[in-house]
Amino acid sequence: MEKVFFLLFAATAIASALGVVLAKNPVHSALSLIACFIQVAALFILLRSPFLAVVQIFVYVGTTIVLFIIVIVMLDIRQAKFDRFIPGNLLGACSVALMLGGIMVAMLLRSERLAALTPQGELSGTTDELGKAIFTQYLLPFEVVSVILLVALIGAIILAKKENT
Amino acid sequence: MVPLAWYLVLAAVLFIIGLVGVLVRRSVLIVLMSLELMLNSVNINLLAFSYYLQDIRGQVLAVFVITITAAEVAVALAIVVAMMRNRNTLHVDQINLMSD
Repeated sequence: MEKVFFLLFAATAIASALGVVLAKNPVHSALSLIACFIQVAALFILLRSPFLAVVQIFVYVGTTIVLFIIVIVMLDIRQAKFDRFIPGNLLGACSVALMLGGIMVAMLLRSERLAALTPQGELSGTTDELGKAIFTQYLLPFEVVSVILLVALIGAIILAKKENT
Repeated sequence: MVPLAWYLVLAAVLFIIGLVGVLVRRSVLIVLMSLELMLNSVNINLLAFSYYLQDIRGQVLAVFVITITAAEVAVALAIVVAMMRNRNTLHVDQINLMSD
């Protein structure tokens, strides 16, 4: 049963990811990206991490993609719709990426150590343990990350401000 | 029970799709979205290992990755807005201010 759900979510995620790369209009790309992120959030539920699934939807879908759409609407995208792809060396870039992907997938599927790995028992109350881990063992990285977020916020405001006002 | 390799293969496929998007698209916005896709596939890997190894540290790392991604997108979109205002372009190969 879990496999069925996994295949369903994975197929939709890959299809919408292809939509992101191939869509002509940036708005369609952003909407495909929303679909992809929601599928990935569903996969996080399958991986027994409900907190990360909710954070995924709140942060990615709720703010990141909305920010993208606001910027797309704010800017004039009519000229960006022409010539979607970089001219010329398209085939080279694609073949290198596909080769890398083929090697990765082949090595993952042939690995015996990965196949032998199965979860022993459930993590009890993952959100509980996640909170304890963040606020005890990883408190310093957590504070550093929040400072980085604040700095990025101020930097974004200063960068996007009009120069001579 | 879903084998661990399936999750990793899915993450690899999403990563490659994002990589192709970064390499071949011209619009900065699409390149940034493909970058999001790549970071997200890394999160799938982290959570898969966190579940299969019964270790909470994968989830802690995923929280940090999500936070840094949000910061990165805010700064990148601010740069896009500033670039659109000053140079009036969104094409990745016309962003060559540093090389002039």
